[in-house]
Amino acid sequence: MAQAATATAEMSPADEHHWTSTGLDSRKIAIWGFIGSECLFFASLISTYLVYKGKSLVGPLPHAESQCLLHGKMQTCEGVFETPLVTAGTAVLLFSSFFVVLALYHAQKGNRAKLLGWLSATVMCGVFFVSMQVYEFTHFYHKGMGYSTNLFSTTFFTLTGFHGSHVTLGVIWLSTVLILAARGKLPPEKSLNLELAALYWHFVDVVWIVIFPVVYLMR
Amino acid sequence: MATSVLEHRAPAIHHAHPKTGIWSWITTVDHKRIGILYGATAFLFFLLGGIEALIMRLQLMGPNGKLVDPDTFNALFTMHGTTMIFLGVMPLSAMFFNYFIPLQIGARDVAFPRLNAFSYWVFLLGGLFINASFLVGAPPNGGWFGYANLTSSRVIAATAAAPAPGMNIDFWVIGLQILGIASIAAALNFFVTIVNLRAPGMKMLRMPMFVWMSFVVQVLLLLAFPVITVALVFLMMDRNFGTSFFMPDGGGDPIMWQHLFWIFGHPEVYILILPAFGITSEILPVFSRKPLFGYTAMVFSGIFIGFVGFGVWSHHMFATGMGPFADTFFSMATMVIALPTGVKIFNWIGTIWGGSLRFTTAMMMALAMVALFIIGGLSGVMHSAPPADLQQTDTYFIVAHFHYVLFGGSIFGLTAGAYYWWPKMFGRLLDEGMGKAHFWLMFVGMNMTFFPMHFLGLNGMPRRVYTYPPGLGFEFWNKFETIGAFILAFSFLIFLVNIIKTWFGPANAPADPWHGATLEWSIPSPPQEFNFPKLPMVGSSVPQWDARRAAGGHLPEPALVSGADIPMPNPSYWPLVSAIGVFLVLGSLLFIRVNPVHWWQFTLFGVAVLFFGVFRWAFEPPH
Repeated sequence: MAQAATATAEMSPADEHHWTSTGLDSRKIAIWGFIGSECLFFASLISTYLVYKGKSLVGPLPHAESQCLLHGKMQTCEGVFETPLVTAGTAVLLFSSFFVVLALYHAQKGNRAKLLGWLSATVMCGVFFVSMQVYEFTHFYHKGMGYSTNLFSTTFFTLTGFHGSHVTLGVIWLSTVLILAARGKLPPEKSLNLELAALYWHFVDVVWIVIFPVVYLMR
Repeated sequence: MATSVLEHRAPAIHHAHPKTGIWSWITTVDHKRIGILYGATAFLFFLLGGIEALIMRLQLMGPNGKLVDPDTFNALFTMHGTTMIFLGVMPLSAMFFNYFIPLQIGARDVAFPRLNAFSYWVFLLGGLFINASFLVGAPPNGGWFGYANLTSSRVIAATAAAPAPGMNIDFWVIGLQILGIASIAAALNFFVTIVNLRAPGMKMLRMPMFVWMSFVVQVLLLLAFPVITVALVFLMMDRNFGTSFFMPDGGGDPIMWQHLFWIFGHPEVYILILPAFGITSEILPVFSRKPLFGYTAMVFSGIFIGFVGFGVWSHHMFATGMGPFADTFFSMATMVIALPTGVKIFNWIGTIWGGSLRFTTAMMMALAMVALFIIGGLSGVMHSAPPADLQQTDTYFIVAHFHYVLFGGSIFGLTAGAYYWWPKMFGRLLDEGMGKAHFWLMFVGMNMTFFPMHFLGLNGMPRRVYTYPPGLGFEFWNKFETIGAFILAFSFLIFLVNIIKTWFGPANAPADPWHGATLEWSIPSPPQEFNFPKLPMVGSSVPQWDARRAAGGHLPEPALVSGADIPMPNPSYWPLVSAIGVFLVLGSLLFIRVNPVHWWQFTLFGVAVLFFGVFRWAFEPPH
C-alpha cells in the first residue's frame, strides 16, 4: 500500500520493477487464488462422498456391521474405522499448523535455530500424518476393503487419498524450504518463501478439519 | 503519453535476448510471443475442427448419406465439439488474454512469465494428445459431454477400424485433464496479473472492459475446472480400476456425472462467450467515437453473469426428470441470467446510438456479434422453460441455439478482435477489402448453415444421428445448410489469404491506427519487448483518448527506445520440461489397459521429469 501512495512519474526502472497495484507480492495472491480453486476440487470430492453415503451395495461400512466378501466368502464384518488413530493423526496435523506459524515468526525475526526447530517439527508432523494414512489404508485393505469394493471404499479412498497426496506435496515443499533454511538461504527478507508454503499447509489442514467430522464422526 | 517523455530517437532496439530462431520461441517467456503461439496453434486446431464439421455437413447433405459410417460420425461430432471448445475458442481467447491484458493494464509482462510458457506447452501437448487418437484409429466418440454410462462402461468393443480398442474415451479423459492443468495455470496467472500489475492510477473501475470480462473468465476457470477434473478422475477410475462412481451395477448413479460435468460445463459457456463480450465492448466505442455506455453496469452485469452462471447447470438436464422443485429453480435461474445479458446488449446499442460510426471490418464483425448473439440468446431463454426444453432437447434446435451463441457470439467476437488488434500485434493492417468480403461471406454462410437448424429441430430432426431417411421434409434445409457451411469455410480461406498477403506487405501500421481509447495504442506496433518504457500513469478508463485530447487531437508516433535498463525475465526451457513431465504423468495412464502390470513405471518416470523441471525452474534466477 505504501508503494501505491508513492507512485509517481519519477519511478526508477528498479522501482517500476517492484511495482504492484496492491503492494502485495504476486506470489501471495497466486497462492490465495490457487487455494480458491482447490476449494472447489475438495468440495466436489466431499459432495460425492456425501451423495453416495449409505448407498453401498455390500460391506464393509464405516461404522455399522455389514455383510462383506472376505477370504472368498460372504461374512459379517464390523465397521472399519479406527477413530482413535485418526483422531491422533488429526491432532498432529493441527499442531503442525501451529508449529509452522512459529517457524514463520522466527524466520521473520531471523532466529535461525528456532526456525529450523519449528519447521522440522512441522515436517515431522506431516510425515506422521501421511504414515498414519498409509497404515490405515493398508489395514483397511487387509480387512477386505479394496479401492473398488463398494461406493464407500471408492469415495473414501479417493477423497482421503487426494488429501493425503496434498499433504505429501506439502511435506516435500516444506522440506525444500527447511533445507534452504538450514543452508542459511532463508533470511528474514526472503521469509515469504516460507509463508507461501505455510499458507498452502494451513489450507491442507483446514480441508482435513472438514473431512474428519464429515467422514469419520458423522454416522 | 509517458512514452513521449523519453526522447531517445536512436532506433537501436535492446537485444538482451535473441529474437529469432526456433530456440527463442521454445524458451520465450514474453507474453506477446506466447500469445502469438497460442493464436497460431489454436487457429490450426480451429481449422481442423472446421474440417470435421464440413465432413459432417457432407454426410448430412442428402438422405441416407454414405460418406461416413455411424462410428466415424460419432467421432466427428465428438472431436468437432471438443476441438472447437477446448482447442479453438478457449486458446483463441487465451491469445488475446496473453497479448492484451498486460498491454491494456499498462504492465510489462504477466505476473508469472514462465508459468505462462508452461500453460502454453501443456495446452499444446494436450491438444496433440487428444488428436493423436486419430493416428491409432481410436478417436473419442462419446460426445464432448462424455455422458456416463456410455463412457464409463468397462466393456471394450474392438472393431476392425480400431486397432486400439476401447481407448477412444481414454484419449478424451486424459487429454481433457492435461488441458485442464493448462487452463488453471493460465487462469491463476491472469487473475494475479489483473489484480496486481495494473499501472499506477488504474483502479479496478478504470480497467478496459476486455480486461474486466477476462477477469471474470479467470475466476470462472479457477472455480469450474477443478470440478471437471474430479469428474474425469472418477470416470477414469470407472474405466480402468473397476469402481462404480457412475455404474448402476455397483450402486453408482450416471446422473452424478451429468451434475459434475455441467457444474463445470455451464460456467464453461460463459468462459467461451465473455471474452467476445469484452472485445465487442472495446471495439464499439472506438468505432462509434463515444465512450462505452454504462461502464459500471457493464462491469457488474458481467460479474453477475459469472456468479449466476454457477447456479444454472441443471437446465442441461431437464430431460433426466429431476422433479418439479429442481426444474423450477434451474428454470428461474436461467431466465434471471437473461437480465444481465440484456443489460449488456442495451448498453452496446446505447454505445453506438448517435455515434459517428466507422464501418471497418472489426466494427462489422462486432455488430454482427451483437445481432447474432441476440438470436442465440433468445432461443436460449426458450429452452429455460422445461416443457419447451423437453420438446427441443436433442434436436437440431439446440444445435442452432448454441451455434448462434458460440459461432455468432464467440467466433464473430474473436474475429472482430483479430481485425482490431492485428496491426498492434504484427505492425500491419489487414486488407479492409478482403476483410469486408470475409465478413459478408462469413455472415451469410453462418446464417445459411445454422438458421434452418431451428426449423429442422422443431420438425423433429434429432442431433448426433448420422443420417436420416427421405420423405421427412429434412432434405431441402440440409442441402441448404451444407452449401452455407462451405460458404462459411470459404470466408476463412479469404481470411487466410489476407493474412498471407499482408504478411509479405509493408509494415505500415501506425501505433494507433483506429484512434483507440486504451493503453495498448500508446506504444509502437508491434510493441517492444518491455511494452512500456515508463509505466503509464492512468487517470481514467480511456487514457489514450485523454492523451489525444490533451495533445489537441494529434499524437506523435511513439519513439522506439533502447530499454537497456529495464529488467526483463530471462528465457527458460524449464517450463517446457515441466510441461513434458505433466504430459508423461497423465499420458502414462493411457497404458493401464495396454500393460496393466507395469504402466506405473512410466508414470513414475513422468513424476521424476516433472519434479526435476519444477525444481530447476524454482531455483533458476528469473531475471
